[in-house]
Amino acid sequence: MSLSDSVIARFPQWVQESMVVKGDESIAVKREGVLEVCRVLKESPFDFNMLMDLFAVDYLHWPEKPSRFEVVYNLYSLQNKTRLFMKVAVSEKEAEIPSVCGLWPAANWFEREVYDMMGIRFKGHPNLKRILMYEGFEGHPLRKDYPFNKRQPILGPVC
Amino acid sequence: MVQSNVSDVSKLSFLTTRLNDAIGWARGYSIFQYPFVTACCGMEYMSVAASHYDIDRFGAGFPRFSPRQADVLFVVGTISQKMAPVLRRIYDQMCEPKWVVAFGVCTCTGGFYDNYATVMGIDTIIPVDVYIPGCPPRPETVLDGLMKLQEKIRTQKQEF
Repeated sequence: MSLSDSVIARFPQWVQESMVVKGDESIAVKREGVLEVCRVLKESPFDFNMLMDLFAVDYLHWPEKPSRFEVVYNLYSLQNKTRLFMKVAVSEKEAEIPSVCGLWPAANWFEREVYDMMGIRFKGHPNLKRILMYEGFEGHPLRKDYPFNKRQPILGPVC
Repeated sequence: MVQSNVSDVSKLSFLTTRLNDAIGWARGYSIFQYPFVTACCGMEYMSVAASHYDIDRFGAGFPRFSPRQADVLFVVGTISQKMAPVLRRIYDQMCEPKWVVAFGVCTCTGGFYDNYATVMGIDTIIPVDVYIPGCPPRPETVLDGLMKLQEKIRTQKQEF
């Protein structure tokens, strides 16, 4: 029984699908079940005690993707030496997802970066504000519909 | 440049013009620099400063890490929009007379960073005297730019 199969067996209502690409296992999780799934994945027997990365993908103009955004969690287990990608679809209208800061403190800055660049809010985050761009910057620059030549300088001309 | 065929030296503004040259000579060969290093060009700057290329041969071997004690601002590396107010403030803190060197193509024009985060050339924020292009510039290019700056300092009107 593969890793993703055992996760699906544990949460049939939230984990919708799984796939393996070149040995990397990934699961698609419904947004409502993120916190519950993460809590169980962190504990035995999965032991995903390390959040290596957390990022978002903008699937604007992708007809096969029903939701615009996808938040991806890169989980790693130091004990089992296993890796799991957890993908959560997030719509543009409700661009909000529960924060996992309480489980992995490493999520704090990752989630701030995703909020800054993509505009996805993390519910329950202790300090959700921009981390890379400055106060007063409008919009989220890594969204695919952010104009590539738009400039918002603090000093100097807008060119 | 002593003019021996002038009969009445006291009628010429001899002292003033020579003083200008003397101050220019002194200022050109005693540059206190402030390296504002933000990115990978800093490695090339270190190479220029170290013994192999030895910027001290040009009298510019003394980096001051306070802008109040510096004559030349070396802006070395990409300047982001967030960094722009800091750079402007550093420039404002320097005493007159002061000069600015744009080190590397990012500070000259923004380089290949044509995006939301990067300043398209520091001359949109502060005045620049010498541009040293290159990604990064070779140490020889930097020394060439430094010599051009020295020439500019020597020949300009000195205010004191």
